[in-house]
Amino acid sequence: MSNTEWSLWEVFIRSKQGLDHKHVGSLHAADAQMAIENARDVYTRRMEGVSIWVVESKNIHASNPTEAGALYDPANDKAYRHPTFYHLPDELKHM
Amino acid sequence: MEKDFEKIFQDKIDQEIKIEPRDWMPEKYRQTLIRQISQHAHSEIVGMLPEGNWITRAPNLRRKAILLAKVQDEAGHGLYLYSAAETLGISRDEMYEQLHSGKAKYSSIFNYPTLTWADIGAIGWLVDGAAIMNQVPLCRTSFGPYARAMVRICKEESFHQRQGFEILLTLSKGTEAQKRMAQDAIDRWWWPSIMMFGPTDDESPNTLQSMQWKIKRFTNDELRQKFIDVCAEQIKVLGLVIPDKDLKWNESTGHYDFGKINWDEFWQVVQGNGPCNKQRLETRKKAWEEGAWVREAANAYAEKRKQRQTVTAA
Ligand SMILES: [Fe+2]
Ligand SMILES: [Fe+2]
Ligand SMILES: [Fe+2]
Repeated sequence: MSNTEWSLWEVFIRSKQGLDHKHVGSLHAADAQMAIENARDVYTRRMEGVSIWVVESKNIHASNPTEAGALYDPANDKAYRHPTFYHLPDELKHM
Repeated sequence: MEKDFEKIFQDKIDQEIKIEPRDWMPEKYRQTLIRQISQHAHSEIVGMLPEGNWITRAPNLRRKAILLAKVQDEAGHGLYLYSAAETLGISRDEMYEQLHSGKAKYSSIFNYPTLTWADIGAIGWLVDGAAIMNQVPLCRTSFGPYARAMVRICKEESFHQRQGFEILLTLSKGTEAQKRMAQDAIDRWWWPSIMMFGPTDDESPNTLQSMQWKIKRFTNDELRQKFIDVCAEQIKVLGLVIPDKDLKWNESTGHYDFGKINWDEFWQVVQGNGPCNKQRLETRKKAWEEGAWVREAANAYAEKRKQRQTVTAA
Protein backbone atom coordinates (compact mmCIF):
# COMPACT_ATOMS: atom_id res chain seq x y z
CA MET A 1 0.00 0.00 0.00
CA SER A 2 2.56 2.54 1.13
CA ASN A 3 4.34 2.48 -2.22
CA THR A 4 1.21 4.03 -3.75
CA GLU A 5 0.85 6.73 -1.10
CA TRP A 6 1.04 10.15 -2.72
CA SER A 7 3.89 12.25 -1.48
CA LEU A 8 3.53 14.87 1.24
CA TRP A 9 3.58 18.59 0.38
CA GLU A 10 3.83 21.66 2.59
CA VAL A 11 1.46 24.48 1.70
CA PHE A 12 2.25 28.20 1.95
CA ILE A 13 -0.37 30.87 1.35
CA ARG A 14 -0.18 34.58 0.69
CA SER A 15 -3.29 35.89 2.36
CA LYS A 16 -3.16 39.33 0.75
CA GLN A 17 -1.18 41.04 -1.96
CA GLY A 18 1.92 42.55 -0.34
CA LEU A 19 2.25 39.99 2.47
CA ASP A 20 4.60 37.01 2.79
CA HIS A 21 3.57 33.46 2.04
CA LYS A 22 2.93 31.70 5.34
CA HIS A 23 2.96 28.00 6.15
CA VAL A 24 -0.61 26.77 6.68
CA GLY A 25 -0.34 22.99 6.70
CA SER A 26 0.30 20.02 4.49
CA LEU A 27 -1.44 17.55 2.22
CA HIS A 28 -0.84 14.58 -0.06
CA ALA A 29 -0.75 14.84 -3.85
CA ALA A 30 0.69 12.93 -6.79
CA ASP A 31 2.37 16.01 -8.28
CA ALA A 32 2.77 19.77 -7.85
CA GLN A 33 -0.24 20.69 -9.92
CA MET A 34 -2.52 18.44 -7.91
CA ALA A 35 -0.98 19.77 -4.70
CA ILE A 36 -1.90 23.32 -5.71
CA GLU A 37 -5.43 22.32 -6.67
CA ASN A 38 -5.93 20.42 -3.41
CA ALA A 39 -4.46 23.31 -1.43
CA ARG A 40 -7.01 25.62 -3.04
CA ASP A 41 -9.85 23.26 -2.07
CA VAL A 42 -8.64 22.66 1.46
CA TYR A 43 -6.94 25.86 2.58
CA THR A 44 -8.71 28.67 0.69
CA ARG A 45 -12.42 27.84 0.96
CA ARG A 46 -13.06 31.19 2.63
CA MET A 47 -10.88 33.51 0.56
CA GLU A 48 -7.87 32.96 2.80
CA GLY A 49 -5.42 33.44 -0.05
CA VAL A 50 -4.41 35.10 -3.29
CA SER A 51 -1.37 32.93 -4.00
CA ILE A 52 -0.27 29.39 -3.15
CA TRP A 53 3.19 27.81 -2.90
CA VAL A 54 3.65 24.08 -2.48
CA VAL A 55 6.94 22.38 -1.62
CA GLU A 56 7.45 18.67 -1.40
CA SER A 57 8.09 18.04 2.32
CA LYS A 58 11.20 15.97 1.67
CA ASN A 59 12.85 19.06 0.16
CA ILE A 60 12.59 21.03 3.38
CA HIS A 61 15.73 21.09 5.52
CA ALA A 62 15.34 22.15 9.12
CA SER A 63 17.60 23.18 11.96
CA ASN A 64 17.91 20.74 14.81
CA PRO A 65 15.87 21.72 17.88
CA THR A 66 18.38 20.11 20.29
CA GLU A 67 21.08 22.45 18.95
CA ALA A 68 18.89 25.52 19.28
CA GLY A 69 20.83 26.78 22.30
CA ALA A 70 24.21 26.82 20.58
CA LEU A 71 22.76 27.94 17.27
CA TYR A 72 21.10 31.11 18.56
CA ASP A 73 23.40 31.82 21.49
CA PRO A 74 25.76 34.20 19.60
CA ALA A 75 22.82 36.58 19.04
CA ASN A 76 22.16 36.83 22.75
CA ASP A 77 25.01 39.12 23.87
CA LYS A 78 24.81 41.68 21.07
CA ALA A 79 22.40 44.14 22.55
CA TYR A 80 24.09 46.87 20.47
CA ARG A 81 22.16 45.52 17.48
CA HIS A 82 19.01 47.02 18.94
CA PRO A 83 18.22 50.74 18.73
CA THR A 84 17.32 50.94 22.44
CA PHE A 85 20.99 50.21 23.31
CA TYR A 86 21.96 53.83 22.56
CA HIS A 87 21.22 56.58 25.10
CA LEU A 88 20.96 59.87 23.32
CA PRO A 89 19.74 63.28 24.55
CA ASP A 90 15.99 63.93 24.41
CA GLU A 91 16.51 67.14 22.38
CA LEU A 92 17.56 65.00 19.47
CA LYS A 93 14.53 64.79 17.15
CA HIS A 94 13.58 62.62 14.20
CA MET A 95 15.94 59.74 14.97
CA MET B 1 19.41 11.18 30.81
CA GLU B 2 15.80 10.19 29.96
CA LYS B 3 14.85 11.67 33.35
CA ASP B 4 16.44 15.04 32.46
CA PHE B 5 14.64 15.14 29.14
CA GLU B 6 11.37 14.38 30.85
CA LYS B 7 11.88 17.19 33.29
CA ILE B 8 12.73 19.70 30.55
CA PHE B 9 9.68 18.50 28.67
CA GLN B 10 7.32 18.93 31.62
CA ASP B 11 8.85 22.34 32.42
CA LYS B 12 8.07 23.51 28.90
CA ILE B 13 4.49 22.29 29.24
CA ASP B 14 4.10 24.01 32.60
CA GLN B 15 5.35 27.27 31.06
CA GLU B 16 2.85 26.91 28.20
CA ILE B 17 5.63 26.45 25.66
CA LYS B 18 4.30 24.39 22.74
CA ILE B 19 5.87 21.06 21.82
CA GLU B 20 6.82 20.79 18.15
CA PRO B 21 7.23 17.56 16.13
CA ARG B 22 11.03 17.37 16.28
CA ASP B 23 11.29 18.20 19.98
CA TRP B 24 11.99 15.42 22.46
CA MET B 25 8.80 13.95 23.93
CA PRO B 26 7.94 10.91 26.06
CA GLU B 27 6.90 7.94 23.93
CA LYS B 28 3.61 7.77 25.81
CA TYR B 29 2.86 11.41 24.93
CA ARG B 30 3.48 10.64 21.27
CA GLN B 31 1.28 7.55 21.34
CA THR B 32 -1.52 9.29 23.22
CA LEU B 33 -1.52 12.10 20.68
CA ILE B 34 -1.44 9.78 17.70
CA ARG B 35 -4.42 7.91 19.12
CA GLN B 36 -6.39 11.02 19.99
CA ILE B 37 -5.65 13.02 16.83
CA SER B 38 -6.24 10.13 14.43
CA GLN B 39 -9.44 9.21 16.24
CA HIS B 40 -10.56 12.79 15.86
CA ALA B 41 -9.63 12.75 12.15
CA HIS B 42 -11.57 9.53 11.58
CA SER B 43 -14.59 11.13 13.29
CA GLU B 44 -14.54 14.05 10.89
CA ILE B 45 -14.39 11.70 7.91
CA VAL B 46 -16.99 9.17 9.07
CA GLY B 47 -19.07 12.13 10.28
CA MET B 48 -19.67 13.13 6.66
CA LEU B 49 -21.74 9.99 6.08
CA PRO B 50 -24.89 10.62 8.15
CA GLU B 51 -25.19 14.15 6.75
CA GLY B 52 -24.22 13.16 3.22
CA ASN B 53 -27.34 11.04 3.32
CA TRP B 54 -29.45 14.21 3.04
CA ILE B 55 -27.54 16.29 0.49
CA THR B 56 -29.62 15.13 -2.46
CA ARG B 57 -32.83 15.49 -0.45
CA ALA B 58 -32.33 18.90 1.14
CA PRO B 59 -35.65 20.80 1.03
CA ASN B 60 -34.36 23.66 -1.14
CA LEU B 61 -31.34 24.95 -2.98
CA ARG B 62 -30.20 27.20 -0.12
CA ARG B 63 -30.22 24.33 2.36
CA LYS B 64 -28.47 22.09 -0.13
CA ALA B 65 -25.66 24.56 -0.78
CA ILE B 66 -25.19 25.04 2.98
CA LEU B 67 -25.13 21.32 3.76
CA LEU B 68 -22.71 20.70 0.92
CA ALA B 69 -20.38 23.39 2.27
CA LYS B 70 -20.60 21.98 5.78
CA VAL B 71 -19.82 18.44 4.71
CA GLN B 72 -16.92 19.73 2.62
CA ASP B 73 -15.61 21.52 5.73
CA GLU B 74 -15.67 18.22 7.64
CA ALA B 75 -13.52 16.62 4.94
CA GLY B 76 -11.08 19.50 5.39
CA HIS B 77 -11.09 19.00 9.16
CA GLY B 78 -10.22 15.35 8.67
CA LEU B 79 -7.33 16.37 6.48
CA TYR B 80 -5.92 19.00 8.86
CA LEU B 81 -5.98 16.44 11.65
CA TYR B 82 -4.46 13.59 9.65
CA SER B 83 -1.65 15.98 8.71
CA ALA B 84 -1.10 16.89 12.37
CA ALA B 85 -0.91 13.21 13.31
CA GLU B 86 1.54 12.53 10.49
CA THR B 87 4.04 14.92 12.05
CA LEU B 88 4.30 12.39 14.90
CA GLY B 89 5.61 9.70 12.59
CA ILE B 90 2.58 7.67 11.53
CA SER B 91 1.68 7.52 7.84
CA ARG B 92 -1.69 8.39 6.37
CA ASP B 93 -2.14 4.90 4.96
CA GLU B 94 -1.41 3.38 8.36
CA MET B 95 -4.17 5.46 9.89
CA TYR B 96 -6.64 4.46 7.18
CA GLU B 97 -5.63 0.86 7.74
CA GLN B 98 -6.36 1.21 11.48
CA LEU B 99 -9.78 2.70 10.75
CA HIS B 100 -10.71 0.05 8.19
CA SER B 101 -9.57 -2.85 10.35
CA GLY B 102 -11.58 -1.55 13.30
CA LYS B 103 -8.44 -1.05 15.39
CA ALA B 104 -8.98 2.70 15.58
CA LYS B 105 -12.21 4.18 16.89
CA TYR B 106 -14.17 7.22 15.81
CA SER B 107 -16.85 9.14 17.68
CA SER B 108 -19.79 6.81 18.38
CA ILE B 109 -22.31 9.50 17.57
CA PHE B 110 -21.86 8.81 13.88
CA ASN B 111 -23.19 5.30 14.29
CA TYR B 112 -26.72 6.67 14.62
CA PRO B 113 -28.94 7.03 11.52
CA THR B 114 -30.34 10.27 10.05
CA LEU B 115 -34.01 9.41 9.60
CA THR B 116 -35.55 12.79 8.74
CA TRP B 117 -34.47 16.24 7.56
CA ALA B 118 -34.80 17.50 11.15
CA ASP B 119 -31.88 15.24 12.05
CA ILE B 120 -29.63 17.54 10.03
CA GLY B 121 -30.79 20.37 12.27
CA ALA B 122 -30.24 18.34 15.43
CA ILE B 123 -26.77 17.26 14.31
CA GLY B 124 -25.72 20.84 13.64
CA TRP B 125 -27.06 22.12 16.93
CA LEU B 126 -26.14 19.23 19.24
CA VAL B 127 -23.38 17.20 17.60
CA ASP B 128 -21.40 20.13 16.21
CA GLY B 129 -22.27 22.01 19.40
CA ALA B 130 -20.75 19.28 21.57
CA ALA B 131 -17.77 19.05 19.23
CA ILE B 132 -17.16 22.80 19.55
CA MET B 133 -17.33 22.58 23.34
CA ASN B 134 -14.61 19.93 23.16
CA GLN B 135 -12.53 21.64 20.50
CA VAL B 136 -12.29 25.22 21.71
CA PRO B 137 -10.03 24.29 24.66
CA LEU B 138 -7.99 22.09 22.30
CA CYS B 139 -6.87 25.25 20.49
CA ARG B 140 -4.53 25.61 23.50
CA THR B 141 -3.43 21.98 23.59
CA SER B 142 0.30 21.47 24.17
CA PHE B 143 1.25 19.95 20.79
CA GLY B 144 1.78 22.74 18.24
CA PRO B 145 0.46 21.12 15.04
CA TYR B 146 -2.66 19.85 16.83
CA ALA B 147 -3.36 23.26 18.37
CA ARG B 148 -2.94 25.00 15.01
CA ALA B 149 -5.27 22.54 13.29
CA MET B 150 -7.85 23.13 16.01
CA VAL B 151 -7.71 26.91 15.56
CA ARG B 152 -8.50 26.49 11.88
CA ILE B 153 -11.26 23.98 12.62
CA CYS B 154 -12.93 26.08 15.31
CA LYS B 155 -13.10 29.06 12.97
CA GLU B 156 -15.01 26.94 10.49
CA GLU B 157 -17.22 25.13 13.01
CA SER B 158 -19.27 28.06 14.21
CA PHE B 159 -21.43 28.22 11.09
CA HIS B 160 -22.10 24.49 11.41
CA GLN B 161 -23.90 24.89 14.69
CA ARG B 162 -25.76 28.01 13.62
CA GLN B 163 -27.11 26.46 10.42
CA GLY B 164 -28.36 23.47 12.42
CA PHE B 165 -30.12 25.63 14.94
CA GLU B 166 -31.67 27.62 12.11
CA ILE B 167 -33.10 24.42 10.60
CA LEU B 168 -34.70 23.50 13.93
CA LEU B 169 -35.96 27.05 14.47
CA THR B 170 -37.66 27.05 11.07
CA LEU B 171 -39.29 23.69 11.76
CA SER B 172 -40.36 24.80 15.24
CA LYS B 173 -42.31 27.67 13.70
CA GLY B 174 -43.88 25.46 11.06
CA THR B 175 -46.85 23.09 10.99
CA GLU B 176 -47.69 20.63 13.77
CA ALA B 177 -46.04 17.87 11.75
CA GLN B 178 -42.85 19.92 11.34
CA LYS B 179 -42.73 20.67 15.06
CA ARG B 180 -43.16 16.99 15.84
CA MET B 181 -40.36 16.15 13.43
CA ALA B 182 -38.01 18.62 15.15
CA GLN B 183 -38.90 17.30 18.61
CA ASP B 184 -38.43 13.70 17.48
CA ALA B 185 -34.95 14.50 16.15
CA ILE B 186 -33.97 16.16 19.44
CA ASP B 187 -35.38 13.19 21.35
CA ARG B 188 -33.13 10.81 19.43
CA TRP B 189 -29.95 12.94 19.34
CA TRP B 190 -29.88 14.40 22.84
CA TRP B 191 -28.52 11.48 24.84
CA PRO B 192 -25.97 10.30 22.28
CA SER B 193 -24.74 13.92 22.08
CA ILE B 194 -24.05 14.24 25.78
CA MET B 195 -22.29 10.87 25.65
CA MET B 196 -19.89 12.43 23.10
CA PHE B 197 -17.89 13.87 26.02
CA GLY B 198 -16.89 10.33 26.94
CA PRO B 199 -17.17 8.31 30.15
CA THR B 200 -17.47 10.03 33.53
CA ASP B 201 -14.25 11.25 35.11
CA ASP B 202 -13.96 8.34 37.53
CA GLU B 203 -14.24 5.98 34.54
CA SER B 204 -11.53 7.67 32.45
CA PRO B 205 -8.18 6.70 33.91
CA ASN B 206 -6.11 8.52 31.27
CA THR B 207 -7.57 11.94 31.98
CA LEU B 208 -5.11 12.78 34.76
CA GLN B 209 -2.02 12.22 32.60
CA SER B 210 -3.59 14.04 29.64
CA MET B 211 -4.36 17.01 31.87
CA GLN B 212 -0.82 17.05 33.23
CA TRP B 213 0.55 17.07 29.68
CA LYS B 214 -2.06 19.71 28.77
CA ILE B 215 -3.33 17.61 25.93
CA LYS B 216 -6.70 17.97 27.61
CA ARG B 217 -7.69 21.22 29.36
CA PHE B 218 -10.98 20.16 30.97
CA THR B 219 -12.34 16.82 32.11
CA ASN B 220 -15.19 15.00 30.35
CA ASP B 221 -17.66 15.83 33.09
CA GLU B 222 -16.73 19.52 33.18
CA LEU B 223 -17.32 19.86 29.45
CA ARG B 224 -20.52 17.82 29.55
CA GLN B 225 -21.95 20.04 32.30
CA LYS B 226 -21.05 23.19 30.37
CA PHE B 227 -22.78 21.84 27.29
CA ILE B 228 -25.93 20.85 29.15
CA ASP B 229 -26.13 24.27 30.83
CA VAL B 230 -25.93 26.01 27.46
CA CYS B 231 -28.44 23.72 25.71
CA ALA B 232 -30.96 23.90 28.53
CA GLU B 233 -31.23 27.63 27.84
CA GLN B 234 -31.07 27.42 24.03
CA ILE B 235 -33.96 24.94 23.82
CA LYS B 236 -36.27 27.65 25.17
CA VAL B 237 -35.79 29.64 21.96
CA LEU B 238 -37.11 26.63 20.03
CA GLY B 239 -40.10 26.14 22.30
CA LEU B 240 -39.28 22.43 22.33
CA VAL B 241 -38.09 20.18 25.16
CA ILE B 242 -34.97 18.26 26.07
CA PRO B 243 -35.94 14.62 26.68
CA ASP B 244 -34.77 14.47 30.29
CA LYS B 245 -37.39 14.76 33.03
CA ASP B 246 -34.64 15.26 35.62
CA LEU B 247 -33.19 18.29 33.87
CA LYS B 248 -33.60 21.05 36.44
CA TRP B 249 -31.83 24.27 37.39
CA ASN B 250 -29.97 23.84 40.67
CA GLU B 251 -29.67 27.09 42.55
CA SER B 252 -26.95 25.87 44.90
CA THR B 253 -24.55 24.46 42.27
CA GLY B 254 -25.33 27.10 39.67
CA HIS B 255 -25.76 24.35 37.09
CA TYR B 256 -28.47 22.18 35.63
CA ASP B 257 -28.96 18.77 37.21
CA PHE B 258 -29.56 16.03 34.68
CA GLY B 259 -30.76 12.44 34.55
CA LYS B 260 -28.86 9.17 34.43
CA ILE B 261 -26.91 8.50 31.27
CA ASN B 262 -27.35 5.04 29.77
CA TRP B 263 -23.68 4.02 29.70
CA ASP B 264 -24.67 0.53 28.67
CA GLU B 265 -25.84 1.90 25.35
CA PHE B 266 -22.64 3.93 25.05
CA TRP B 267 -20.38 0.90 25.47
CA GLN B 268 -22.56 -1.20 23.17
CA VAL B 269 -22.09 1.35 20.38
CA VAL B 270 -18.36 1.72 21.08
CA GLN B 271 -17.99 -2.04 20.82
CA GLY B 272 -19.57 -2.04 17.38
CA ASN B 273 -23.19 -2.79 18.13
CA GLY B 274 -24.75 0.59 17.32
CA PRO B 275 -27.41 0.90 14.63
CA CYS B 276 -25.00 1.89 11.84
CA ASN B 277 -21.47 0.74 12.84
CA LYS B 278 -21.28 -1.90 10.15
CA GLN B 279 -22.71 0.28 7.44
CA ARG B 280 -20.34 3.18 8.20
CA LEU B 281 -17.21 1.03 8.07
CA GLU B 282 -18.37 -0.78 4.95
CA THR B 283 -18.95 2.56 3.22
CA ARG B 284 -15.46 3.80 4.13
CA LYS B 285 -13.78 0.59 3.03
CA LYS B 286 -15.69 0.54 -0.23
CA ALA B 287 -14.71 4.14 -0.97
CA TRP B 288 -11.05 3.29 -0.25
CA GLU B 289 -11.01 0.15 -2.37
CA GLU B 290 -12.94 1.62 -5.27
CA GLY B 291 -10.71 4.68 -5.23
CA ALA B 292 -7.55 2.61 -5.60
CA TRP B 293 -7.43 2.96 -9.39
CA VAL B 294 -7.63 6.76 -9.06
CA ARG B 295 -4.65 6.83 -6.71
CA GLU B 296 -2.67 4.56 -8.99
CA ALA B 297 -3.61 6.45 -12.16
CA ALA B 298 -2.58 9.77 -10.62
CA ASN B 299 0.78 8.28 -9.69
CA ALA B 300 1.26 6.84 -13.17
CA TYR B 301 0.35 10.16 -14.76
CA ALA B 302 2.72 12.11 -12.51
CA GLU B 303 5.51 9.64 -13.30
CA LYS B 304 4.93 9.91 -17.03
CA ARG B 305 4.94 13.67 -16.94
CA LYS B 306 8.15 13.72 -14.94
CA GLN B 307 9.82 11.52 -17.54
CA ARG B 308 8.59 13.67 -20.38
CA GLN B 309 10.04 16.72 -18.64
CA THR B 310 13.47 15.12 -18.21
CA VAL B 311 13.48 14.14 -21.88
CA THR B 312 12.76 17.73 -22.99
CA ALA B 313 15.35 19.04 -20.58
CA ALA B 314 17.99 16.67 -21.99
FE1 LIG C 1 -15.61 19.26 11.95
FE1 LIG D 1 -14.87 17.88 14.84
FE1 LIG E 1 -18.72 20.54 12.02
